Amino acid sequence: MSKNKINIIHSTFVPLNIENVDTDQIIPARFLKGTTRDGFGKNLFRDWRYENDDEATPKKDFPLNQPQYNGTILVAGKNFGCGSSREHAAWAILDAGFSAVVSSFFADIFKNNALNNGVLPVTVSEKFLEEIFSQGNEATLTISLPEQSITIDATGIKERFDINSYKKECLINGYDDIDYLLNIKEDIINYETQHA
Amino acid sequence: MGKTLFEKIWEKHIVKTIDDGPSVLYIDKHLIHEVTSPQAFAGIEKRGLQLFRPKQIVATADHNVPTLDQHLPIKEQLSRMQVDTLIKNCANHGIELYGLGHPYQGIVHVIGPELGITQPGMTIVCGDSHTSTHGAFGSIAFGIGTSEVEMVFATQCLLQTKPKQMRINVEGELREGVLSKDIVLYILAKISASGATGYAVEYAGSTIRNLSMEARMTVCNMSIEMGARCGLIAPDETTFEYVYGRNFAPEGIEWIKALQYWQTLYSDDDATFDAEINIDAADITPMITYGTNPGMGIGVNQLVPLGQSLDIKDRPSFAKAMEYMGIEPGSAIRGQKIDYVFIGSCTNSRIEDLRLVADFVKGKHKADEVEVWIVPGSKQVEQQAIEEGIDKIFEEAGFQLRQPGCSACLGMNEDKIPAGKYCISTSNRNFEGRQGAGARTLLASPLTAAAAAITGRVTDVSELLAGYN
Repeated sequence: MSKNKINIIHSTFVPLNIENVDTDQIIPARFLKGTTRDGFGKNLFRDWRYENDDEATPKKDFPLNQPQYNGTILVAGKNFGCGSSREHAAWAILDAGFSAVVSSFFADIFKNNALNNGVLPVTVSEKFLEEIFSQGNEATLTISLPEQSITIDATGIKERFDINSYKKECLINGYDDIDYLLNIKEDIINYETQHA
Repeated sequence: MGKTLFEKIWEKHIVKTIDDGPSVLYIDKHLIHEVTSPQAFAGIEKRGLQLFRPKQIVATADHNVPTLDQHLPIKEQLSRMQVDTLIKNCANHGIELYGLGHPYQGIVHVIGPELGITQPGMTIVCGDSHTSTHGAFGSIAFGIGTSEVEMVFATQCLLQTKPKQMRINVEGELREGVLSKDIVLYILAKISASGATGYAVEYAGSTIRNLSMEARMTVCNMSIEMGARCGLIAPDETTFEYVYGRNFAPEGIEWIKALQYWQTLYSDDDATFDAEINIDAADITPMITYGTNPGMGIGVNQLVPLGQSLDIKDRPSFAKAMEYMGIEPGSAIRGQKIDYVFIGSCTNSRIEDLRLVADFVKGKHKADEVEVWIVPGSKQVEQQAIEEGIDKIFEEAGFQLRQPGCSACLGMNEDKIPAGKYCISTSNRNFEGRQGAGARTLLASPLTAAAAAITGRVTDVSELLAGYN
């Protein structure tokens, strides 16, 4: 099934300088009652965004509520996406218009969920992350998936990031794992026969 | 070269490996629930596919169900729709469903083991991060996202990269009043909420060997809180005895064959681990968390750390957590006033947990200002509690025994802790808002929670037990 294709992302970014951002913060459990993948973006970071769960009273100091911060890249502190396996977290981030998340460390399940939805998790060093956070709000980043690099455009500081080559191909071409697995069904059936 | 327990199971389940890429891992059992499955069913239907192996899937409704009046239709419309969607999907695709009203219904990670669905040497997945629980039986069990649920629906396989190997050895006798929950909270405090990310964690050592299956499940359950892909414990006589005779356990010659395989499931003496941690059981005291991730825990008699003691870049997150919790850095956690007590969740809602609590509170009464909810992990646990008269003990203590479900662990249904209130909880996560927007969670063992229910404050249960004996 085709999904978001990713190649080069060039954008300003939203800084979220908080560590251990868990998926309950990304999308609280009470918003998981949907039966489709759509519409989760409006509740992204719900309880950090609004006072008393009320959209009429946004928390002014939260970056997503500050008009100077925008763009399709979210930059967050280490251990981003820990906790619950809810894929709704990746859907909410995608639905809110982000196509990449940059952090110095991602929790495993979130990372997979992001990759499976065409959201690119970019793992950078602590030092590089600090460098990004120290940029002004008009700063832009360039993420090149083919090159596996991320650049702070204003300074030209660049870092390479890791991604396994299979996943990279999938993201560039918009393939997903099911396409691959369906193609090897015969191998799977053979495996079952041998292990019955 | 020797193999780890994980590697033995992993290698047996590899269908094929992609060059410079992940492996195709065959999944033996797939557990599903109402919250993370609807989009996967929709995806399968959209692709025009059939479920590949529906008989290897078991479903239940747990995350989003009420824990009172389960015989009535679910009041909240969205929750009802989600549960109804599961019923419809299971019927359409030929999946066994233990839904509301079924005698096997319960929290997915409680019913799997209880029914004998969970067995050593298996690969088990579920769209829930606490799937690591099933690793207590010596299986590779891990949580997956909904896209992965769809992959398993379509092919019974997942693309996975092999995690690194970690072993945590716990040796020696546990002190009075210290439970397996304290062991895992202690490990978390030591290695942090990301300390095992990228690893499969095997728990070993004499302390682990001496734990019951229920207690082992509590330890493996919280592996994900360290960031681990999964947690596992080599199966032994305790495991085999637990599995034997359960509804879906192998029988007769099948049992003998299974046992032969299971007895090969241990890490070889010359297996190598990428990381190894040794813990002395005598160092573990009743634990409690004070912050907003499960790695922020201390012994109940210890002081909350000071921000100055932390790395400079960790201080803002620490300060944010302390502000949320309304707890003063450097203060004593012991004596902290409690408003709610929640005993339940896939971490601690099994019959053994309820028995321990009942044994402790028998003849006592809760503090007036505290509300106490006991939410059994399954209909079978509930039934057993009633048969043993545990329900009466709770009633006399002023504890409310509710019906099975995930309940206040994640506050998806109406079981929410009000903003600003303190809840001592036997669940697994103390994240901001986890138990309700603004709720303040302190994670602890069932005994520490029960002690707080009686005194209304964070209490050292080992002192109460000493007086009690």
